[in-house]
Amino acid sequence: MIPAPFEYAAADSAEHALELLAKFGDDAKLLAGGHSLLPMMKLRLAFPSALIDIGHLRELAGIRADGDELVIGATTRHADVAGSDLVRSQAPLLAHSAAQVGDPQIRHRGTIGGSLAHADPAADLPMALVALGGSVEITGPGGIRTVAADDFFTGFLETSLEPGELLSAVRVPRRPGTGWGYQKFVRRANDWAIVGVAAIDGRIALANMGPVPVRARAAEQALAGGASLAEAASLAAEGTQPAEDIHADRIYRQHLARVLTRRALEHQAG
Amino acid sequence: MQVQLTVNGQARSDDVEPRLLLVHYLRQRCGLRAANVGCDTTSCGACTVLLNGRSVKSCTMLTVQAAGQDVTTAEGLAADGQLHPVQQAFRQEHGLQCGFCTPGMVMAAVGLLAENPHPTEAEVREGLEGNFCRCTGYHNIVRAVLAAADATAAGMTP
Repeated sequence: MIPAPFEYAAADSAEHALELLAKFGDDAKLLAGGHSLLPMMKLRLAFPSALIDIGHLRELAGIRADGDELVIGATTRHADVAGSDLVRSQAPLLAHSAAQVGDPQIRHRGTIGGSLAHADPAADLPMALVALGGSVEITGPGGIRTVAADDFFTGFLETSLEPGELLSAVRVPRRPGTGWGYQKFVRRANDWAIVGVAAIDGRIALANMGPVPVRARAAEQALAGGASLAEAASLAAEGTQPAEDIHADRIYRQHLARVLTRRALEHQAG
Repeated sequence: MQVQLTVNGQARSDDVEPRLLLVHYLRQRCGLRAANVGCDTTSCGACTVLLNGRSVKSCTMLTVQAAGQDVTTAEGLAADGQLHPVQQAFRQEHGLQCGFCTPGMVMAAVGLLAENPHPTEAEVREGLEGNFCRCTGYHNIVRAVLAAADATAAGMTP
Protein backbone atom coordinates (compact mmCIF):
# COMPACT_ATOMS: atom_id res chain seq x y z
CA MET A 1 0.00 0.00 0.00
CA ILE A 2 1.32 3.42 -0.92
CA PRO A 3 0.29 6.74 0.62
CA ALA A 4 -1.20 9.48 -1.55
CA PRO A 5 1.37 12.08 -2.65
CA PHE A 6 2.29 14.87 -0.26
CA GLU A 7 4.85 17.60 0.15
CA TYR A 8 7.59 16.82 2.65
CA ALA A 9 9.59 19.27 4.73
CA ALA A 10 12.06 18.42 7.49
CA ALA A 11 11.94 21.09 10.21
CA ASP A 12 15.27 22.50 11.48
CA SER A 13 13.80 23.37 14.88
CA ALA A 14 10.52 23.48 16.77
CA GLU A 15 10.19 27.14 15.77
CA HIS A 16 10.75 26.20 12.12
CA ALA A 17 8.09 23.48 12.46
CA LEU A 18 5.60 26.15 13.59
CA GLU A 19 6.53 28.33 10.59
CA LEU A 20 6.03 25.35 8.28
CA LEU A 21 2.66 24.59 9.92
CA ALA A 22 1.58 28.17 9.26
CA LYS A 23 2.86 27.97 5.69
CA PHE A 24 1.27 24.65 4.72
CA GLY A 25 -2.02 25.27 6.52
CA ASP A 26 -4.63 22.99 8.04
CA ASP A 27 -4.08 20.04 5.70
CA ALA A 28 -0.49 19.59 6.88
CA LYS A 29 0.39 17.04 9.54
CA LEU A 30 3.38 16.76 11.83
CA LEU A 31 5.41 13.56 11.42
CA ALA A 32 7.51 12.13 14.26
CA GLY A 33 7.74 8.32 14.44
CA GLY A 34 4.86 7.99 12.00
CA HIS A 35 3.55 4.82 13.59
CA SER A 36 -0.02 6.07 13.85
CA LEU A 37 -0.01 8.43 10.86
CA LEU A 38 1.74 6.37 8.17
CA PRO A 39 -0.52 3.29 8.55
CA MET A 40 -3.54 5.61 8.20
CA MET A 41 -1.98 7.23 5.12
CA LYS A 42 -1.27 3.84 3.58
CA LEU A 43 -4.92 2.86 4.08
CA ARG A 44 -5.90 6.29 2.63
CA LEU A 45 -7.76 7.05 5.85
CA ALA A 46 -5.55 10.15 6.03
CA PHE A 47 -4.18 12.12 3.09
CA PRO A 48 -2.42 15.24 4.38
CA SER A 49 -1.18 17.64 1.73
CA ALA A 50 2.13 18.05 3.53
CA LEU A 51 4.17 16.29 6.19
CA ILE A 52 6.39 18.35 8.47
CA ASP A 53 9.01 16.04 9.91
CA ILE A 54 10.02 16.71 13.52
CA GLY A 55 11.15 13.17 14.29
CA HIS A 56 14.85 14.01 14.17
CA LEU A 57 14.72 17.20 16.30
CA ARG A 58 16.94 16.73 19.34
CA GLU A 59 15.44 19.73 21.15
CA LEU A 60 12.12 17.86 21.28
CA ALA A 61 13.59 14.60 22.64
CA GLY A 62 14.97 13.59 26.01
CA ILE A 63 13.93 13.09 29.62
CA ARG A 64 14.72 15.34 32.59
CA ALA A 65 13.56 16.04 36.13
CA ASP A 66 12.02 19.45 36.82
CA GLY A 67 11.09 19.89 40.46
CA ASP A 68 8.23 17.54 41.31
CA GLU A 69 7.79 16.48 37.69
CA LEU A 70 9.49 14.56 34.93
CA VAL A 71 9.56 16.30 31.55
CA ILE A 72 9.67 14.04 28.52
CA GLY A 73 10.26 15.54 25.11
CA ALA A 74 7.50 14.82 22.59
CA THR A 75 9.70 12.91 20.14
CA THR A 76 11.17 10.60 22.78
CA ARG A 77 10.69 7.04 21.52
CA HIS A 78 8.65 4.53 23.53
CA ALA A 79 11.73 2.30 23.93
CA ASP A 80 13.66 5.21 25.44
CA VAL A 81 10.85 6.05 27.88
CA ALA A 82 10.52 2.37 28.85
CA GLY A 83 14.29 1.97 29.28
CA SER A 84 15.02 5.23 31.10
CA ASP A 85 16.35 4.76 34.65
CA LEU A 86 14.85 8.13 35.56
CA VAL A 87 11.35 7.18 34.37
CA ARG A 88 11.59 3.66 35.83
CA SER A 89 12.46 5.04 39.27
CA GLN A 90 10.31 8.21 39.33
CA ALA A 91 7.28 7.25 37.24
CA PRO A 92 7.31 3.45 36.91
CA LEU A 93 3.70 3.34 35.69
CA LEU A 94 4.73 5.43 32.67
CA ALA A 95 7.78 3.25 31.96
CA HIS A 96 5.58 0.16 32.17
CA SER A 97 2.91 1.58 29.88
CA ALA A 98 5.52 2.63 27.27
CA ALA A 99 6.82 -0.95 27.34
CA GLN A 100 3.31 -2.25 26.52
CA VAL A 101 2.96 -0.29 23.27
CA GLY A 102 2.96 -2.54 20.19
CA ASP A 103 6.15 -4.54 19.82
CA PRO A 104 9.91 -3.79 19.99
CA GLN A 105 10.13 -2.44 16.43
CA ILE A 106 7.15 -0.16 17.01
CA ARG A 107 8.65 1.08 20.30
CA HIS A 108 11.89 1.93 18.49
CA ARG A 109 10.04 4.36 16.22
CA GLY A 110 6.84 5.51 17.91
CA THR A 111 6.99 8.62 20.11
CA ILE A 112 5.21 9.60 23.31
CA GLY A 113 4.01 12.89 21.82
CA GLY A 114 2.77 11.20 18.68
CA SER A 115 0.81 8.61 20.61
CA LEU A 116 -0.82 11.28 22.82
CA ALA A 117 -1.61 13.60 19.91
CA HIS A 118 -3.14 10.68 17.98
CA ALA A 119 -5.39 10.14 21.04
CA ASP A 120 -6.56 6.60 20.44
CA PRO A 121 -8.74 5.77 23.48
CA ALA A 122 -7.55 2.13 23.28
CA ALA A 123 -3.87 3.09 23.44
CA ASP A 124 -1.56 2.73 26.44
CA LEU A 125 -0.07 6.19 26.89
CA PRO A 126 -3.24 8.33 26.87
CA MET A 127 -4.63 6.14 29.67
CA ALA A 128 -1.35 6.28 31.58
CA LEU A 129 -1.17 10.07 31.34
CA VAL A 130 -4.74 10.42 32.67
CA ALA A 131 -4.05 8.02 35.56
CA LEU A 132 -0.86 9.88 36.46
CA GLY A 133 -2.58 13.26 36.37
CA GLY A 134 0.06 14.47 33.95
CA SER A 135 -0.10 17.25 31.41
CA VAL A 136 1.15 18.19 27.97
CA GLU A 137 3.07 21.27 26.90
CA ILE A 138 1.77 22.74 23.67
CA THR A 139 3.92 25.16 21.71
CA GLY A 140 2.17 27.56 19.36
CA PRO A 141 2.70 30.93 17.72
CA GLY A 142 1.74 32.60 21.03
CA GLY A 143 4.17 30.61 23.21
CA ILE A 144 3.78 27.57 25.42
CA ARG A 145 0.58 26.51 27.19
CA THR A 146 0.09 23.54 29.49
CA VAL A 147 -3.03 21.37 29.35
CA ALA A 148 -3.94 18.79 32.01
CA ALA A 149 -4.44 15.23 30.77
CA ASP A 150 -8.10 15.32 31.89
CA ASP A 151 -8.73 18.26 29.53
CA PHE A 152 -6.47 17.26 26.64
CA PHE A 153 -8.52 14.42 25.15
CA THR A 154 -11.74 15.85 23.72
CA GLY A 155 -13.14 13.10 21.48
CA PHE A 156 -12.29 10.00 19.47
CA LEU A 157 -8.84 10.79 17.99
CA GLU A 158 -9.42 14.43 18.96
CA THR A 159 -7.49 16.67 21.36
CA SER A 160 -7.39 20.30 22.40
CA LEU A 161 -4.42 20.88 20.05
CA GLU A 162 -5.29 23.79 17.75
CA PRO A 163 -4.18 24.10 14.12
CA GLY A 164 -0.69 25.58 14.01
CA GLU A 165 0.26 24.13 17.40
CA LEU A 166 2.75 21.44 18.31
CA LEU A 167 2.74 19.07 21.29
CA SER A 168 6.28 19.68 22.53
CA ALA A 169 6.61 17.89 25.88
CA VAL A 170 4.85 15.69 28.42
CA ARG A 171 4.88 16.28 32.18
CA VAL A 172 4.17 13.66 34.82
CA PRO A 173 4.41 13.93 38.61
CA ARG A 174 7.38 12.16 40.19
CA ARG A 175 6.09 9.41 42.47
CA PRO A 176 8.95 7.12 43.45
CA GLY A 177 7.84 4.19 45.57
CA THR A 178 4.11 4.80 45.06
CA GLY A 179 2.12 1.65 44.30
CA TRP A 180 0.45 1.39 40.92
CA GLY A 181 -1.53 -1.12 38.89
CA TYR A 182 -1.77 -1.68 35.15
CA GLN A 183 -4.01 -4.14 33.36
CA LYS A 184 -4.44 -4.55 29.63
CA PHE A 185 -6.75 -7.15 28.14
CA VAL A 186 -5.87 -8.18 24.59
CA ARG A 187 -6.77 -11.12 22.37
CA ARG A 188 -3.62 -10.99 20.22
CA ALA A 189 0.03 -10.19 20.85
CA ASN A 190 0.91 -6.50 20.38
CA ASP A 191 -2.71 -5.43 19.95
CA TRP A 192 -4.56 -2.44 21.36
CA ALA A 193 -6.43 -2.98 24.60
CA ILE A 194 -9.97 -4.34 24.43
CA VAL A 195 -10.10 -2.72 27.87
CA GLY A 196 -7.24 -1.27 29.88
CA VAL A 197 -6.93 0.02 33.45
CA ALA A 198 -4.21 2.12 35.07
CA ALA A 199 -4.39 2.99 38.77
CA ILE A 200 -2.15 5.08 41.01
CA ASP A 201 -2.66 7.23 44.09
CA GLY A 202 -6.45 7.12 44.12
CA ARG A 203 -6.81 7.81 40.41
CA ILE A 204 -8.14 5.15 38.04
CA ALA A 205 -8.09 5.57 34.24
CA LEU A 206 -9.76 3.28 31.72
CA ALA A 207 -8.77 2.64 28.10
CA ASN A 208 -11.32 1.85 25.39
CA MET A 209 -14.31 2.46 27.66
CA GLY A 210 -15.44 5.53 25.70
CA PRO A 211 -14.26 7.89 22.96
CA VAL A 212 -11.47 9.20 25.22
CA PRO A 213 -9.50 7.66 28.09
CA VAL A 214 -11.85 8.13 31.06
CA ARG A 215 -11.57 8.23 34.85
CA ALA A 216 -13.49 5.64 36.86
CA ARG A 217 -14.76 8.40 39.14
CA ALA A 218 -17.35 6.37 41.07
CA ALA A 219 -14.67 3.83 41.96
CA GLU A 220 -12.22 6.61 42.88
CA GLN A 221 -14.81 8.20 45.19
CA ALA A 222 -15.56 4.86 46.83
CA LEU A 223 -11.85 4.32 47.47
CA ALA A 224 -11.53 7.80 48.95
CA GLY A 225 -14.53 7.02 51.18
CA GLY A 226 -12.86 3.92 52.58
CA ALA A 227 -14.56 1.22 50.49
CA SER A 228 -12.76 -2.08 50.01
CA LEU A 229 -10.87 -2.63 46.77
CA ALA A 230 -13.52 -5.10 45.59
CA GLU A 231 -16.37 -2.66 46.40
CA ALA A 232 -14.59 0.18 44.58
CA ALA A 233 -13.80 -2.03 41.58
CA SER A 234 -17.46 -3.05 41.29
CA LEU A 235 -18.21 0.61 40.43
CA ALA A 236 -15.50 0.93 37.75
CA ALA A 237 -17.87 0.83 34.78
CA GLU A 238 -20.40 3.34 36.23
CA GLY A 239 -21.33 5.93 33.64
CA THR A 240 -19.21 4.44 30.83
CA GLN A 241 -20.51 4.08 27.28
CA PRO A 242 -17.92 1.90 25.56
CA ALA A 243 -18.12 1.22 21.85
CA GLU A 244 -19.12 -2.22 20.59
CA ASP A 245 -17.07 -4.07 18.01
CA ILE A 246 -16.14 -7.57 16.86
CA HIS A 247 -14.14 -8.13 20.06
CA ALA A 248 -16.59 -7.08 22.72
CA ASP A 249 -20.04 -5.64 23.30
CA ARG A 250 -20.84 -2.99 25.92
CA ILE A 251 -21.78 -5.45 28.68
CA TYR A 252 -18.59 -7.47 28.23
CA ARG A 253 -16.40 -4.35 28.22
CA GLN A 254 -18.05 -3.12 31.41
CA HIS A 255 -17.47 -6.54 33.01
CA LEU A 256 -13.82 -6.41 31.97
CA ALA A 257 -13.47 -2.91 33.40
CA ARG A 258 -14.66 -4.11 36.83
CA VAL A 259 -12.48 -7.23 36.85
CA LEU A 260 -9.37 -5.46 35.57
CA THR A 261 -9.86 -2.57 38.00
CA ARG A 262 -9.95 -5.02 40.91
CA ARG A 263 -6.72 -6.63 39.65
CA ALA A 264 -5.07 -3.24 39.15
CA LEU A 265 -6.05 -2.09 42.64
CA GLU A 266 -4.78 -5.35 44.15
CA HIS A 267 -1.47 -4.96 42.33
CA GLN A 268 -1.26 -1.34 43.44
CA ALA A 269 -1.79 -2.41 47.05
CA GLY A 270 1.11 -4.87 46.65
CA MET B 1 13.79 14.90 -3.42
CA GLN B 2 17.40 13.93 -2.84
CA VAL B 3 18.08 11.68 0.16
CA GLN B 4 21.45 10.60 1.52
CA LEU B 5 21.77 7.55 3.74
CA THR B 6 23.98 4.56 4.38
CA VAL B 7 22.75 1.10 3.38
CA ASN B 8 24.79 -1.90 4.50
CA GLY B 9 27.84 0.31 4.99
CA GLN B 10 27.57 2.00 1.60
CA ALA B 11 26.82 5.71 1.32
CA ARG B 12 24.01 6.34 -1.16
CA SER B 13 22.32 9.37 -2.62
CA ASP B 14 19.05 8.91 -4.45
CA ASP B 15 16.22 11.01 -5.81
CA VAL B 16 13.05 9.67 -4.20
CA GLU B 17 9.40 10.63 -3.91
CA PRO B 18 8.63 11.58 -0.29
CA ARG B 19 5.98 8.86 -0.16
CA LEU B 20 8.42 6.08 -1.11
CA LEU B 21 8.40 3.59 1.78
CA LEU B 22 11.78 2.39 3.01
CA VAL B 23 10.98 -1.24 2.18
CA HIS B 24 10.19 -0.33 -1.43
CA TYR B 25 13.35 1.77 -1.66
CA LEU B 26 15.46 -1.14 -0.40
CA ARG B 27 13.83 -3.70 -2.70
CA GLN B 28 13.34 -1.64 -5.85
CA ARG B 29 16.10 0.97 -5.81
CA CYS B 30 18.85 -0.85 -3.92
CA GLY B 31 18.01 -4.32 -5.27
CA LEU B 32 18.00 -5.70 -1.73
CA ARG B 33 15.17 -8.22 -1.58
CA ALA B 34 15.68 -9.73 1.87
CA ALA B 35 13.19 -7.43 3.57
CA ASN B 36 9.78 -8.76 2.53
CA VAL B 37 6.45 -7.01 2.38
CA GLY B 38 4.17 -9.31 4.36
CA CYS B 39 1.17 -7.75 6.05
CA ASP B 40 2.04 -4.17 5.02
CA THR B 41 0.36 -2.99 8.26
CA THR B 42 3.20 -2.92 10.86
CA SER B 43 2.15 -6.27 12.28
CA CYS B 44 4.11 -9.18 10.81
CA GLY B 45 7.72 -7.96 10.93
CA ALA B 46 8.78 -9.55 7.61
CA CYS B 47 10.14 -6.14 6.55
CA THR B 48 12.31 -5.68 9.68
CA VAL B 49 15.67 -3.96 9.12
CA LEU B 50 18.05 -2.20 11.48
CA LEU B 51 18.08 1.59 11.69
CA ASN B 52 21.21 2.71 13.53
CA GLY B 53 21.34 -0.78 15.03
CA ARG B 54 17.71 -0.85 16.24
CA SER B 55 15.06 -3.05 14.65
CA VAL B 56 12.33 -1.20 12.75
CA LYS B 57 9.57 -2.13 10.33
CA SER B 58 10.54 -0.71 6.95
CA CYS B 59 6.95 -0.84 5.64
CA THR B 60 6.07 1.90 8.15
CA MET B 61 8.87 4.32 7.43
CA LEU B 62 9.40 6.78 4.64
CA THR B 63 12.77 6.64 2.94
CA VAL B 64 13.21 10.34 3.68
CA GLN B 65 12.92 9.57 7.41
CA ALA B 66 16.12 7.53 7.11
CA ALA B 67 18.10 10.51 5.76
CA GLY B 68 21.55 10.68 7.30
CA GLN B 69 21.12 7.34 9.05
CA ASP B 70 22.45 3.78 8.83
CA VAL B 71 20.22 1.05 7.46
CA THR B 72 21.22 -2.61 7.66
CA THR B 73 19.37 -5.40 5.86
CA ALA B 74 19.93 -9.15 6.09
CA GLU B 75 22.23 -8.84 3.05
CA GLY B 76 24.54 -6.69 5.16
CA LEU B 77 25.03 -9.18 8.00
CA ALA B 78 27.53 -11.68 6.60
CA ALA B 79 31.11 -10.42 6.69
CA ASP B 80 33.93 -11.82 4.53
CA GLY B 81 31.76 -14.68 3.32
CA GLN B 82 31.05 -15.82 6.90
CA LEU B 83 27.47 -16.00 8.08
CA HIS B 84 26.56 -13.80 11.04
CA PRO B 85 26.20 -15.89 14.26
CA VAL B 86 22.42 -15.38 14.16
CA GLN B 87 22.25 -16.60 10.53
CA GLN B 88 24.49 -19.53 11.43
CA ALA B 89 22.27 -20.42 14.38
CA PHE B 90 19.05 -20.24 12.29
CA ARG B 91 20.72 -22.69 9.86
CA GLN B 92 21.93 -25.05 12.57
CA GLU B 93 18.71 -25.08 14.57
CA HIS B 94 16.50 -25.20 11.47
CA GLY B 95 14.91 -21.92 12.52
CA LEU B 96 12.92 -21.63 9.29
CA GLN B 97 10.34 -23.48 7.28
CA CYS B 98 9.08 -21.62 4.20
CA GLY B 99 11.61 -18.84 4.81
CA PHE B 100 9.39 -15.83 4.16
CA CYS B 101 9.60 -14.46 7.70
CA THR B 102 13.27 -15.42 8.12
CA PRO B 103 15.06 -12.20 7.09
CA GLY B 104 12.79 -10.21 9.40
CA MET B 105 13.19 -12.73 12.22
CA VAL B 106 16.98 -12.66 11.83
CA MET B 107 17.10 -8.85 11.88
CA ALA B 108 14.77 -8.66 14.88
CA ALA B 109 16.97 -11.23 16.64
CA VAL B 110 20.15 -9.28 15.85
CA GLY B 111 18.50 -6.15 17.26
CA LEU B 112 17.29 -8.05 20.34
CA LEU B 113 20.75 -9.51 21.09
CA ALA B 114 22.35 -6.09 20.68
CA GLU B 115 20.07 -4.79 23.46
CA ASN B 116 20.08 -7.95 25.57
CA PRO B 117 23.04 -10.26 24.79
CA HIS B 118 21.94 -12.98 27.24
CA PRO B 119 18.15 -13.24 27.00
CA THR B 120 16.08 -15.90 28.72
CA GLU B 121 13.73 -17.97 26.59
CA ALA B 122 10.82 -15.80 27.76
CA GLU B 123 12.73 -12.65 26.80
CA VAL B 124 13.40 -14.06 23.33
CA ARG B 125 9.71 -14.84 22.86
CA GLU B 126 8.72 -11.35 24.03
CA GLY B 127 11.52 -9.77 21.99
CA LEU B 128 10.20 -11.40 18.81
CA GLU B 129 6.61 -10.38 19.55
CA GLY B 130 6.63 -8.18 16.46
CA ASN B 131 7.47 -11.01 14.04
CA PHE B 132 5.03 -13.62 12.79
CA CYS B 133 5.92 -17.04 11.39
CA ARG B 134 2.82 -18.28 9.62
CA CYS B 135 4.35 -21.77 9.39
CA THR B 136 4.22 -21.46 13.22
CA GLY B 137 7.81 -22.65 13.52
CA TYR B 138 8.48 -20.60 16.62
CA HIS B 139 10.17 -23.27 18.75
CA ASN B 140 13.18 -23.63 16.47
CA ILE B 141 13.38 -19.88 15.93
CA VAL B 142 13.60 -19.32 19.69
CA ARG B 143 16.18 -22.13 19.96
CA ALA B 144 18.21 -20.47 17.21
CA VAL B 145 18.24 -17.09 18.96
CA LEU B 146 19.30 -18.70 22.25
CA ALA B 147 22.03 -20.65 20.39
CA ALA B 148 23.22 -17.43 18.73
CA ALA B 149 23.44 -15.75 22.14
CA ASP B 150 25.53 -18.68 23.43
CA ALA B 151 27.75 -18.64 20.33
CA THR B 152 28.34 -14.92 20.63
CA ALA B 153 29.14 -15.31 24.34
CA ALA B 154 31.65 -18.02 23.41
CA GLY B 155 33.43 -15.56 21.11
CA MET B 156 32.35 -17.17 17.86
CA THR B 157 31.74 -13.85 16.14
CA PRO B 158 33.05 -13.76 12.60
